[in-house]
Amino acid sequence: MPSVTINNISKAYSSIRALDHISFDVGKREIFGLIGPDGAGKTTLFRILTTLLLPDDGTASVEGLDTVKQYREIRNIVGYMPGRFSLYQDLTVEENLNFFANVFNTSMQENYDLIKDIYIQIEPFKKRKTGRLSGGMKQKLALCCALIHKPSVLFLDEPTTGVDPVSRKEFWEMLKRLKQQNISILVSTPYMDEAMLCDKIALIQSGKILSIDTPENIIAGYPQKIYAVKGENNYRLLEYLRKNPDVQSCYIFGEYLHVTLNNEFDFRFPDKVEVNPTKASIEDCFIRLMDHRPERVSD
Amino acid sequence: MKSSDNHITSSSDSTGNPSGFMIETGNLTKKFGDFTAVDHISFQVSKGEIFGFLGANGAGKTTAMRMLCGLLSPTSGKGRVAGFDIYKEQDNIKRNIGYMSQRFSLYEDLTVKENMRLFGGIYGMDNKDIKTKTADSLQELGLGSEQNLLVKYLPSGIKQKVAFAVSVFHSPKIVFLDEPTGGVDPIARRKFWEMIYRASEQGITIFVTTHYMDEAEYCNRVSMMVDGRIDALDSPVNLRTQFNARNMDEVFRSLARKAKRIFP
Repeated sequence: MPSVTINNISKAYSSIRALDHISFDVGKREIFGLIGPDGAGKTTLFRILTTLLLPDDGTASVEGLDTVKQYREIRNIVGYMPGRFSLYQDLTVEENLNFFANVFNTSMQENYDLIKDIYIQIEPFKKRKTGRLSGGMKQKLALCCALIHKPSVLFLDEPTTGVDPVSRKEFWEMLKRLKQQNISILVSTPYMDEAMLCDKIALIQSGKILSIDTPENIIAGYPQKIYAVKGENNYRLLEYLRKNPDVQSCYIFGEYLHVTLNNEFDFRFPDKVEVNPTKASIEDCFIRLMDHRPERVSD
Repeated sequence: MKSSDNHITSSSDSTGNPSGFMIETGNLTKKFGDFTAVDHISFQVSKGEIFGFLGANGAGKTTAMRMLCGLLSPTSGKGRVAGFDIYKEQDNIKRNIGYMSQRFSLYEDLTVKENMRLFGGIYGMDNKDIKTKTADSLQELGLGSEQNLLVKYLPSGIKQKVAFAVSVFHSPKIVFLDEPTGGVDPIARRKFWEMIYRASEQGITIFVTTHYMDEAEYCNRVSMMVDGRIDALDSPVNLRTQFNARNMDEVFRSLARKAKRIFP
């Protein structure tokens, strides 16, 4: 049995379709990544799965429990870290942890093993009020609080947004260790490079799933050749290439431009331009899937 | 995206900016009690340059940026922004810079046009200027009917572009962008950088922080802050050579490893 089952879920806020017939499963001990920009519907889906919001249509279950009919049971077995920091700012680090442990009828000691690796990093500040912690420390405390009752499924809504690349990497290493402790994880992120750290991902935009698979398969499924191109002035090169009808797409990727062609045979890149075939990244895949989709305007 | 550096020129201008640098700091320092948030940083930014200001969370970027924007007085050291002294001429600095952050930039309950009118008015532009500039900005943004929508109804990618247009609406000399592309989809993120490039070609100096390391590659030069210091400053290609790294992500990691500061 999968840890999370989502079956044709839709949700609208007045005229905005936040989720449009979404279906997928999160397997046991899987890190499942929900990858998409702001406004894709990620938070709405988290709120439905954590029983905080009713879907308009469709059903969902967590560890076999229905999110509507069995919401009380679900609340005991899931951990939820919302995108917006939501611990008590005027309680200390220690007080917050003890509070959440008490709410779930447990104690910090009982599940200390699970949070130990993370907690020792914030322990030196345990007497400090939570409102006065840095972003990185708040994030670690929020994760400890979401774990304190030993949940079987963990929901993490953009845990790494605004976090620097080094701290983000550390955070993902913590997730890998939690997975080994039999916890299934649904995590959302707008950072496409983090997709590679997930077992399975769904690319989501404007309430619709663009693709679901392992990150490796999504990349392998990229149907075209991509060229990494570099000129003396990449911005001018970009403007030049975009005007050519044989160029299908052209976007900046770090020090290179990634270019795909409509016509492989007739096209020649300008002289003095470095051209190398390159492998697709998740961002290339996302761009290809969304390229001809207009941005959603809601009114 | 790197450009040939020929559009970066040090020019002296009418506001009395003898060095020609748009930003110039010498041993700029800020202490909070016995904690040194910014520790003797010295650097210059030229007109039209795209300058990336990178560092781990807690390295001191925001404190440094607040001093440069005239929002916080330094403890010691010197600095000039747009030719104005950061101790004595903070009001002049504010008039000559633009600012945009991911968190706040636009009034959500106003339309795109109303936001432009409001910010133009705040910066003392007259009605005629506001009208012309609004038309120009809307054309560059390529907005159709969306221009009359409340900002809260715009998709995040468009909102970000509008926020940038509003931050340069009063034609500032420098625009400070604090993580401008967080949470934006990959196409919008790239289109946003294309706007930055156009602004820079028009001579606006860009000072930008980001956590996307591919975006560091688009800057003319990048500084890396570690524990309040600037530990490296050069063009992305030179930094990669200096740190024997394949990309900016590796440069960032090798520098961040040196950090000793534990941020409570």
